[in-house]
Amino acid sequence: MRFFEYEAREIVKRAGIPVTDYGFTTDATEAKEIAQRIGGPTVIKSQVLTGGRMKAGGVKFADTPEEAQAHAKDILALEINGHMPRGVLVDPKAQVEQEYYAGVVWDGTAKKPLMLFSDMGGIDIEQVAEEHPDHVGRGHFSTLEPFSDFQAKQVIAAAGVTGRALQRATPVLARLARLFLENDMTLAEINPLAELKDGSFVALDAHMEMENEGMPRQKALLGALGIGAQEGTREGHTPTAFEEAVKAIDAADHRGVIQGKDTGFTGNIGLVIGAGGGSLTLTDAVRQQGGKPANYSEIGGNPSVAKACGLAKQVLRLEGVEKIAVMMSIVSNTRVDIVARGVIKACLELGKDPGETIAIFRIPGAWEEEGFKILDSYGIEYCDRSVSLWEAAGRAVAKIEKAAA
Amino acid sequence: MRNDGLFIAVEIDDTITADAELAKKLTEACPVDIFAVADTGGVELVEGNIDECVLCGLCLAAAPAGAVKIIKIYDEEALLTR
Repeated sequence: MRFFEYEAREIVKRAGIPVTDYGFTTDATEAKEIAQRIGGPTVIKSQVLTGGRMKAGGVKFADTPEEAQAHAKDILALEINGHMPRGVLVDPKAQVEQEYYAGVVWDGTAKKPLMLFSDMGGIDIEQVAEEHPDHVGRGHFSTLEPFSDFQAKQVIAAAGVTGRALQRATPVLARLARLFLENDMTLAEINPLAELKDGSFVALDAHMEMENEGMPRQKALLGALGIGAQEGTREGHTPTAFEEAVKAIDAADHRGVIQGKDTGFTGNIGLVIGAGGGSLTLTDAVRQQGGKPANYSEIGGNPSVAKACGLAKQVLRLEGVEKIAVMMSIVSNTRVDIVARGVIKACLELGKDPGETIAIFRIPGAWEEEGFKILDSYGIEYCDRSVSLWEAAGRAVAKIEKAAA
Repeated sequence: MRNDGLFIAVEIDDTITADAELAKKLTEACPVDIFAVADTGGVELVEGNIDECVLCGLCLAAAPAGAVKIIKIYDEEALLTR
């Protein structure tokens, strides 16, 4: 789940990291009042969940409250990349000595949070990492063991920061790391983190993303920020036709659960996968063995034949997909025979031979003997729990590569 | 009366298809709505639901012995037994 900047700043503030005396409003007149309270030059920033604000004219500087009001009026009416602003943030124009970058991101490969710090703030960290790698400090930390401020200090020092700045930036990065853990974040970023003329550090902008599955645990925080359940995850992309179709199939039948995503996938292996983390494990297993998935999916909770069929048909209709791999970790509440019927039916309804189209069927679990009889009758290669997820994924990749060659 | 899905076939003895009481019992018993009460009051099979059969046998228990047959087409037409 994504947060607007004004919400992210509030999260940062609650974690004990200094922020400027900003104000959020949806009204230009109120923007003037905030600027009057601040009493000096201000920055008026559009609150949208998209990048490119500055280029689009969504960030403007004002020397007087009247100018702040005029800018707020313009920005509130300005659409940026198809997004209308939630409001504007009125921020004091800080006297900055130097800009830094402080961030914590979930590293899916290492399966640990990664702290990042740079003395080159205000620009994309990816650009800094590419052009000036010696200016970026990095360090993983555990989600289980207690966090020590010293770990943050090492990361900052690795970016070449020393002396007073090192001492003062350390608690900021340490609090950001703790905030990341305590609030189920996948990204917590302060950019720029400003060192002011007096040597103090203050967050001038913040970017936060929360794990969707963590949202139920974070009701208190979301409630305090005024974020209701109706806002969902604020996903940044428009669902594709595949994603919409899978969602509609799922909604039409209460039995079982299916999900599907094809955003970012361009491969030729259709995946009908699921069960207890099985989808992620299987997607990784396919990719690590050279396979190119056409989609990601989740199926479980004992779906009906119609629902399994619906998902498989949508996957088979994806461009470039000739075969599908139907795989799950061990299931106790999903009927193997019912899923087998569903995926076979999908093939037949699309005029495809199930024996040729289903590269592998590996769902060990309830009613598997009945499932195996069905699979046998259509000449489909299947395996039981004695074949690992890794091995099953490898067999699917090999078969699809052989067919494509 | 027999109706075939891809995997499952359901057969009802012709002598009981007009039985309104049985139609009601089968409709209530089946968890996946394979049976319905016809406009005439007798038993009707819902074609689109036949392959959803979960082989629970509740229809066999609700009907007189041998009156309803659940046939596994994929298993050499094996009959589901109570």
